[in-house]
Amino acid sequence: MNTHAKPWQGIVLIALVLAALPFAVGLGMGNAWVRVLDFALLYIMLALGLNIVVGFAGLLDLGYIAFYAIGAYLYALLASPHFGLHWPTWAILPLGALVSGLFGILLGAPTLRLRGDYLAIVTLGFGEIVRIFLNNLNSPVNITNGPQGIARIDPISIAGVPLSKPLEFLGLALPGVYLYYYLFVLLALVIIFISLRLEDSRIGRAWVAIREDEVAAKTCGINVRNVKLLAFAMGASFGGVAGGLFAGFQEFVSPESFSLMESVMVLCMVVLGGMGHIPGVILGGLLLAVLPEVLRHGAAPVQKLLFGKVLIDPESLRMLLFGLTLILVMLYRPAGLWPSATRKRELSA
Amino acid sequence: MNVLLEAVGINKSFGGVQALRDVSLTIRQGEIYGLIGPNGAGKTTFFNVLTGLYAADGGGFSFDGQPLDIAAPHLVAAAGIARTFQNIRLFANMTALENVMVGRHLKSRAGVIGAVLKNAGTRSEEAAIERRAVELLHYVGIADHANALARHLSYGDQRRLEIARALAMEPKLLALDEPAAGMNATETGALRLLIEGLKNDGLTVLLIEHDVKLVMGLCDRVVVLDYGEKIAEDVPEKVRRDPKVIEAYLGGAVA
Ligand SMILES: Nc1ncnc2c1ncn2[C@@H]1O[C@H](COP(=O)(O)OP(=O)(O)O)[C@@H](O)[C@H]1O
Ligand SMILES: [Mg+2]
Repeated sequence: MNTHAKPWQGIVLIALVLAALPFAVGLGMGNAWVRVLDFALLYIMLALGLNIVVGFAGLLDLGYIAFYAIGAYLYALLASPHFGLHWPTWAILPLGALVSGLFGILLGAPTLRLRGDYLAIVTLGFGEIVRIFLNNLNSPVNITNGPQGIARIDPISIAGVPLSKPLEFLGLALPGVYLYYYLFVLLALVIIFISLRLEDSRIGRAWVAIREDEVAAKTCGINVRNVKLLAFAMGASFGGVAGGLFAGFQEFVSPESFSLMESVMVLCMVVLGGMGHIPGVILGGLLLAVLPEVLRHGAAPVQKLLFGKVLIDPESLRMLLFGLTLILVMLYRPAGLWPSATRKRELSA
Repeated sequence: MNVLLEAVGINKSFGGVQALRDVSLTIRQGEIYGLIGPNGAGKTTFFNVLTGLYAADGGGFSFDGQPLDIAAPHLVAAAGIARTFQNIRLFANMTALENVMVGRHLKSRAGVIGAVLKNAGTRSEEAAIERRAVELLHYVGIADHANALARHLSYGDQRRLEIARALAMEPKLLALDEPAAGMNATETGALRLLIEGLKNDGLTVLLIEHDVKLVMGLCDRVVVLDYGEKIAEDVPEKVRRDPKVIEAYLGGAVA
């Protein structure tokens, strides 16, 4: 907590920066980059959800993206011509949190006795199962429309105003990516707030206790089963909300978006940022969402400048540099870029 | 005096090793009850069965006049039994204060909604948890280290922190597994005062201890296990003269 500066000053400053950011980015670099920002916010929500499971409760989950998928498909099924349903956003998003949370419990329950590598393998399997279901639930009854995915999803709309269309505001037309940005920032702030509150609570302490020593936690009277399931459910519900936002934002979903690679990416955000430390996880989400785009767009011009021509395809160079960054960070900052004070001490001692 | 804990015919084996053989014992309200025996006698196993960490092969407990459900450790904790571990088990990367605060888990109730809303009820509960935890750190004498990570405390302080965490549960029975192990003479002396103080406050203590002098000086009654079997249960003066006990300790280490 910020005690030296007046807290409202900090809040006003952050609010101004967050409000101005899309304009700075959009006018400076084009609206495509505002879109990148929108995705970064979705990733931050995902990373914060996974942080509850991995960072707080210490349960290595490699199938987390399944909850994103469930939230996204729920939105897609309830608001698209696929079933002819057009539920309002305000109804779908909470339902997405609830349904994903329930799936979190459902997928978490069989893994309660597993730890570490074993847990990772089983959750990895669950993540893949969900994706494979989405791929194949198109016959005999067509539920998910298989690999083609679901298109023409209703855009998110607030009070009847779809965010996909530019909005006239004070004489300037705000493009959809800006509107989505503001909605995503708002929801990301809600998720950050919930994460912070949970961390500093009886439940948060119970999560960390089972991460630190499950046997001792049990003998302190913590019902480890319930507390773990709660972590899975909370983490999954964040993922479900982010998934719903993703579906409405893209207006299209397909199983491809929910591959193992995505789970790994979100896990990287948590680990690289600073596991269990909320500001670190936010930083990790932001960096890993933006960095690949920077590399994608920057690789070609830089090569032209240096060698006069493009030697290596930017697309392959992107993953190479990305991997290299991860390795370097983990080598030189094993506790993450911005670890909690605790974890820093843990690794340096 | 009232009986607090009664163990009846507890059996536990690991493969071929019979770690506990038909062990029955009775702990009375308000006493310090010693559990001694050579290494590998089954003392820690008894704790593990009692606290629900290992399933017993047979036998059962009654606690505070009721059958004790040992199906899960948190149920035993809820019934009012707190313990420490021979190999200290703290939440290493939490502060000393947070460790004790975890001990208040059963005495508080805030859930997800309370935590997120942080309403008046949650705030006052959190304040009470912290206040009690600070008190307990003072009580065991490590309040100076409240904000140090548990893993950075000295060995003796870690043992005391574990006791503070157990006391935070407000147990009816406190079970200590070799609390003096690895302590120097001064630390052992302080520990002894601490345990005596607990008794004076009316707490019942079940104490596994290797330091025979400490056990004999501190305990009201002592049970001796050898190869998983109870070979004696009595006041210390009688136990130390029991030929079976002397033999178990290789003829005379119990002097
Ligand atoms: N988890 C376990 N698995 C296998 N054998 C065990 C286990 N725990 C204890 N034992 C065995 O049970 C016996 C009693 O051990 P223990 O209760 O730790 O003795 P004590 O605490 O009296 O030194 C020993 O022979 C020990 O090897
Ligand atoms: Mg032992």
